Amino acid sequence: MADQTVTQSEEVTAKQIRRMKRFDNPWRNPKLIWGAGILLGIVAIGILGRIFWDPDLVFTGSGMTRQAPVGFENLRGQAGTWAHPLGTDGAGRDVLALLIIGAPNSLFVGVLASLIGMSIGIFLGFSAGFIRGRTDDVIRVLSDVMITIPPLLILVVFQAAYGDINLTMMAILIAAFVWQSPTRLIRAQVLSMRESGYVQMARLSGASTMHIMFREMLPNLVPYLFGSFIANVTTSIVTAVGLEVLGLGPQRIPTLGRTIYEAINSGALIQNLWWWWGIPTILLALMFIGLLLINLGLDEVSNPRLRKL
Amino acid sequence: MPRIPASYLINRVITLFLTVFIAATLIWIIPRLSPIDPADIMLGRMAAGAGSVEGSEDILAQLRENFGLDQPLIIQYFKYLGNIITFDFGLSTASFPTPVSALVAEALPWTIGLMLISIIITFIIGNLLGALMVWDHSPNLVKVAIPAAMVFTSIPPILSGLLLMWIFAAKLQWFPLTGSYGLNVEPGWDWDFMISVLHHGFLPALSIVVVTFGFWALGMRGLMITVQGEDYTKLAEAKGLRPRYILYRYMIRNAILPQITAFALKIGMLVAGQVLVERIFAYNGVGKLLYDAILDQDFPVIQGVSFVIILMTALAVFLVDLVYPLIDPRIRHEGA
Repeated sequence: MADQTVTQSEEVTAKQIRRMKRFDNPWRNPKLIWGAGILLGIVAIGILGRIFWDPDLVFTGSGMTRQAPVGFENLRGQAGTWAHPLGTDGAGRDVLALLIIGAPNSLFVGVLASLIGMSIGIFLGFSAGFIRGRTDDVIRVLSDVMITIPPLLILVVFQAAYGDINLTMMAILIAAFVWQSPTRLIRAQVLSMRESGYVQMARLSGASTMHIMFREMLPNLVPYLFGSFIANVTTSIVTAVGLEVLGLGPQRIPTLGRTIYEAINSGALIQNLWWWWGIPTILLALMFIGLLLINLGLDEVSNPRLRKL
Repeated sequence: MPRIPASYLINRVITLFLTVFIAATLIWIIPRLSPIDPADIMLGRMAAGAGSVEGSEDILAQLRENFGLDQPLIIQYFKYLGNIITFDFGLSTASFPTPVSALVAEALPWTIGLMLISIIITFIIGNLLGALMVWDHSPNLVKVAIPAAMVFTSIPPILSGLLLMWIFAAKLQWFPLTGSYGLNVEPGWDWDFMISVLHHGFLPALSIVVVTFGFWALGMRGLMITVQGEDYTKLAEAKGLRPRYILYRYMIRNAILPQITAFALKIGMLVAGQVLVERIFAYNGVGKLLYDAILDQDFPVIQGVSFVIILMTALAVFLVDLVYPLIDPRIRHEGA
C-alpha cells in the first residue's frame, strides 16, 4: 500500500516536471503559438497571394460565373479548372483572389479600430484613475453608458445615411465603440495600483505624474492591455462583418462579409454553390478561432494559475 | 429581503436614462449630417413607380413639411425626443402610411421569443458544461471534449448559422430554409402553427446556441475553481455527501450567481448577433425588418428599429443590475 503511493507520487512528479519544462517559458504556450500561427497564415495568404496569384482576378467577369473549385462540378456539370482553383462567384470573380484581397482587409479593420480604441482607453483610463473627482465620474458614467449600446446598430444608421465608406473610415467608426472596455480595465487597475508600494515610492522620490503613469504603471498593465486589445480586434471584425453582411460597409473594395452578402442574395445556399459563401465563412471562422486562441494563451501567460499541470 | 441602497438605484437609473438619451441623440444627429434628403428618396420612389411626377417641387415641399424638415433643427430635435418617448417614429417611407411603431411591434415578439429561448438554453448548457469541466468526478471525455468545443465560441452566430443552414436545411432538408412559420399555416394559437414555429425557429436558435454556450462555460469554469477550494465544499465532502449532490447543491449553486452579471456585459453582442441571424434566415423579427429597411433606404424604420433594440438592451442591463443584489446577498453596494 505504502509502496503504491510512493510510486504514484513519483509518477506524478515526473509528469509534472516534464510539463513544467514545457511551460518553462510562459510565452511558449501552445495556444498562443497556434493562434498566432493561424493569423500569420492568413496574413501570408494576403502577402504571398499578391505575389503568386493575380489580384486583378477579383474584378467582375474575370472568369466564367459560378465555376466550381478543382475536383468539383457545378450545376451545369462543368468541372473546376486550375484557372480558378477555388471556383468563381456569381459575377465571375475568382474566389481565391477574393480571399487574398478580402482577408487582410478584415484584419486591417480589426487591428486599426482596436488600436485607436486602445489609445483612447489608455488616455481616458489613466485620466480617470489619476485625476479622479468629476473627471472620473464623467468618464466612468460615459463608459458604462457606451458599453451598453451595440455598435452595429448605430453604425447601420450611419451607413444608411452616408452610403459608401472606405476601410479606414469604417475602422475609425468602429473604434468609437471599442474604447469602453480598455478604459474600465485601466481605470480599475490604476485606482488599485496608485496605492501600491512602488508607486508611492516613485511619488516620494519626486517622479513626475507622466513618469509614474507611463514608466511605472503602464508596463505592469501590458498583459491586460494585450488581452483587451485582442478581444477588441475580435469585436471590431465581428462588427465590420456584420455591416458587410447587411450590405453596408465598403462597396467598392472586396471584403469577405460582402462576398457572403452577395452569395446569400443570389441564393447560393439553395443552388449548392458552397465555395462562394463557404470558403469566406471558413476563413473568417479560422480568423476568430486564431484570435480566441491567442487570448486564451495570453491569459495563461499572465495568470500562471490557469496553466494546468 | 435585502434592500437596495438609494444611491445605487439612482446611479443605475441615471445610467439607463443617459444610455437611451445618447443613443436617441446619435440616431437623430447622424442622418442630419448626411447629404441625403429623405424627402428626395421618397420622391424618387414615386418617380420610379409612376415614370414622372408632375409638380415635383410642390410635392417635395409638402413631404418636407410632413416630415417636419422645414422647421429649425433645435425644434425638430425636441419634437423628436418627445415622439420617441411615446414610441412614435413617424411613418415608414417604404410601406408609406404604415407607422414604424406598428412594424416594430409586429416584429418584436419574434425577436424576443427567439432571444429568450436561445439565451435560456445556452445559459443552462454553458453553465452545466463549465461546471463539469472542473468537477473531479466527470468523465475524462468531458474534460477533453468541452475545451475543444469552446473553440467555436469566438465565431459570430451568422457564420455558424450559414453552415447549419447549408447542412440541415439545404442539404439534408430536415428544417425549412427561411421564414419563421410555414406558408400553409394560419398564425394563431393552434397546434399546427406552434409546430411550424418550433420547426422554423430551431436552426436560428441552434446557430446562436452553438457559438455562445462556451462564453458561459468559460466563466463557470473560473468560478467553479474558486468554489472547489472553499471550506463548505470540503465539509460537504467530509460529511460523505454524494458527489452529485455536492455538485448541484453546494458548488453550482454558489458559483452561478456572478454569471448573471456577465450577462449584462454580453447582451449587446448577443442582440447584434441575433439581428444578423434573423437576416440570413429571413426570420420575421426586427433583424429582417432592419435589413429590408436598409435595402429600401427607409430611414424612419432604421431609426425606429435601432432605437428599440438599444432600449431593450439598456433595459435588460438595468434589470440585471437591479435584480442581482437581491438574489446574491454576498454583494454589498457602495455608492459606485
